[in-house]
Amino acid sequence: MRNVNKLQAHEILHPRPEGLYCPLGDFFIDPVRQVDRALITHGHADHARPGHRSVMATGETLDIMRIRYGDGFAASTQIASYGVSTNLNGVSVTFLPAGHVLGSAQILIEANGMRIVASGDYKCRPDPTCATFEPVICDVFITEATFGLPVFIHPDDRLEIGKLIDSMDEFPDRTHLLGAYSLGKAQRVIRLIRDAGYDEPIFIHGAFENLCAYYQSQGIDLGPLLPATVEPGEVDFSGKLVLGSPSAFSGAWSRRFADPLICYASGWMRIRQRARQQGVELPMIISDHADWRELTETIRQTGASQIWVTHGREEALVRWCDLNGISARPLNIVGYEDESE
Amino acid sequence: MRRFAELLDRLTLTPARNGKLQLLETYFRETSDPDRGYTLAAITGNLELPGVKPAAIRGLILERMDPELFAYSYDFVGDLAETVSLAWPDHDANEQVGPTLGEVVSLLQSASRADGPALLGRILDRLEPSGRYAALKLVTGGLRIGVSSRLAKQALARMGGVPIGEIEEIWHGLAPPYADLFAWLTGQTGKPENLFAAPFRPVMLANPLNDGDMGKLDPKEFLAEWKWDGIRVQLSSSNGIRRLYSRSGDDISNTFPDIIDAADFEGTIDGELLVGTPPDRVGTFSDLQQRLNRKKVSSKMLSDYPVFIRCYDLLFAGGEDCRSSALSERRRRLYDVISSLPADRFDLSETVAIDEWQALDHARNNPPQPVIEGLMLKRLDSTYVAGRPKGPWFKWKRDPHVVDAVLLYAQRGHGKRSGFYSDYTFGVWSGDSEPLSLVPVGKAYFGFSDEELRQIDKFVRENTVERFGPVRAVRAGPEAGLVLEVAFEGINRSTRHKSGVAMRFPRISRLRWDKQPHEADHLNNLLALLPDKTTR
Repeated sequence: MRNVNKLQAHEILHPRPEGLYCPLGDFFIDPVRQVDRALITHGHADHARPGHRSVMATGETLDIMRIRYGDGFAASTQIASYGVSTNLNGVSVTFLPAGHVLGSAQILIEANGMRIVASGDYKCRPDPTCATFEPVICDVFITEATFGLPVFIHPDDRLEIGKLIDSMDEFPDRTHLLGAYSLGKAQRVIRLIRDAGYDEPIFIHGAFENLCAYYQSQGIDLGPLLPATVEPGEVDFSGKLVLGSPSAFSGAWSRRFADPLICYASGWMRIRQRARQQGVELPMIISDHADWRELTETIRQTGASQIWVTHGREEALVRWCDLNGISARPLNIVGYEDESE
Repeated sequence: MRRFAELLDRLTLTPARNGKLQLLETYFRETSDPDRGYTLAAITGNLELPGVKPAAIRGLILERMDPELFAYSYDFVGDLAETVSLAWPDHDANEQVGPTLGEVVSLLQSASRADGPALLGRILDRLEPSGRYAALKLVTGGLRIGVSSRLAKQALARMGGVPIGEIEEIWHGLAPPYADLFAWLTGQTGKPENLFAAPFRPVMLANPLNDGDMGKLDPKEFLAEWKWDGIRVQLSSSNGIRRLYSRSGDDISNTFPDIIDAADFEGTIDGELLVGTPPDRVGTFSDLQQRLNRKKVSSKMLSDYPVFIRCYDLLFAGGEDCRSSALSERRRRLYDVISSLPADRFDLSETVAIDEWQALDHARNNPPQPVIEGLMLKRLDSTYVAGRPKGPWFKWKRDPHVVDAVLLYAQRGHGKRSGFYSDYTFGVWSGDSEPLSLVPVGKAYFGFSDEELRQIDKFVRENTVERFGPVRAVRAGPEAGLVLEVAFEGINRSTRHKSGVAMRFPRISRLRWDKQPHEADHLNNLLALLPDKTTR
């Protein structure tokens, strides 16, 4: 473990109301307000907001922002390729895979002989729809803590997909209505369902169409997809699998389905009461975030002597670091959500 | 253990009765003995395990994790068993399968009180999170999965293709893990013989009398009696063994020692359990509720709320099965049996003269006591048949009370109704002077047509003023809001509701788009319906 002068690290990167700021390079990472220069880790709406003057991100993240916000989402853009370092006013920045969603990246910042990694959101297990996370040796590791409690251990995703397949066998007449976040989770779940051998058409809510089409254009085969946003009565959905964002389930859209069986793919489904409150009959614990074990293992693997925790269950992760003799503190950045996982 | 744990998880999250039945049936079909038998025992409350206290469970987890991390976890999850099951250090990687439910049950049953917690810890080590949760729920008692014993028996009936009455009839002679029952249901052996003393016999139920039925029926062929608002029971006594059953076959003898002590006869009686002293003093249903679901009964309870059985029918006289004889004959013999029993515990249900339907209709709506729900009409020649056969017995309830109330809150439904706001909380006006305020008096989620559901749903979405999770508060004031006509069977006092009253069996009978909320009823109109407490 390399010992770091805390003040030194703070000079290179520190939180401001807009987000994490690097004064030497004059840029923000995942700013929650509009800024001059933003480095963006991935395309989820709370990290990638429109209206910055210049945006640097992976090509996929830039594409996703364009799909979501239109061409004018930033005045200028710069593509960052994985593993290629760029010099910004004497600060070296390198984007490395974060394994969260297509195009997601950790950002390695090197200055004054110090290495700081802002990991954005990440998960460690393989995901067929994006590049796999690589732990990066560093002095300061900035981590999320969405699932930063010992109760959050995500099971093997194939087991969770198996539950869905079994349920479709047991309730062959009901429409299985599967809720999943529209960027990343939806495509990953579809791919996993295909890997489990289900090759019938999957119906998707209109809000998923563009992003699914984009994933397919990037060589990720999602199999046959059909629109679920049709006039009521046009399609008989009994026995079919329909994907939509969970927020659409409470609206009028969900009424066209005969006796729907509500499924939800999310790390929160580990907690029964969460599933129950949301009226979920079949919870599937599938998360795009690191679970407790992955968070703590990653912290060790980076060799960092200082851990900064951005959002989620900061206090528990900081406590774990304390117990393990690693210096840690919460950054208390306001504006990142974890409910929509 | 994995299949059992998975079943519990699915049942917890499946709101629809049919869905639960399907899950249970599949489970019983696909799981082998003795696991399915222990599952059945756990669901029906017949699994005897030494209990482990929550404090001991907390002690187990704190031996294994940092107290502060546990506190954060418990705070987030909110349920002790669930927190422990999730935060428990993971199971031994060498053990791929884990213990079966049968193994877990026999291990726990062999434990002494002192080494129970340590043994539980070793069991949890060998299980996965869902299995750990299931094991913890077993030892803390109370699965809380929303499945009644009757529903479990219904799933068994479907599995074996037999009438549920046959299962109920032999049920009390069976014991976990019910290998003989499953052998019969899967066609390997014959039906287990019922050697149980004073067994439960499936009860006979009535169909509602519909408007058109009367003209087709001849009053001379029927007996009419009051329909009392207590609980239907069956009292069985044989060779010194006495048991009291609810109508679904649950043994409730321990709750009613006063009845058991007085049951000095041989045979099986069908009747209504009521609070009071016969023949004239009959308490309300809420009085009876004081006595229900108690494991121990204090002597004060026994003297404040004495119970008796108003007898309807006789199923067995001594060892003789009377069910195939005519009702008129059974009533005659019932009279003989009761006359030798203590008069403060047993009386014969009075018959009501049937001269013509019209007079009876009047009697139905103007019963001599408020605890009467209406009339029963039974063919004098009817035999006693399990279930709800069409034709021999009818119930003819008094017309429900109705009240105009204002919609206050709506909650989203499940299953076929997911996506619709289908559960409604409604209120009436309260206060002595202007401005009056609306107080909630009840909740209803049926009674309306699909089209009406769509209309209410639209109203809710367009008039939401606040949201609380799945619940929406809707606009409700003197000039703006939706008036619902609510039908209900009666009113009880309630300390749980702000209004001080609770409705029995409320349902939406009409949507009053034509009325303004200020025309809705006042709480006083409901209070006027409260039964007089002095009748007890």
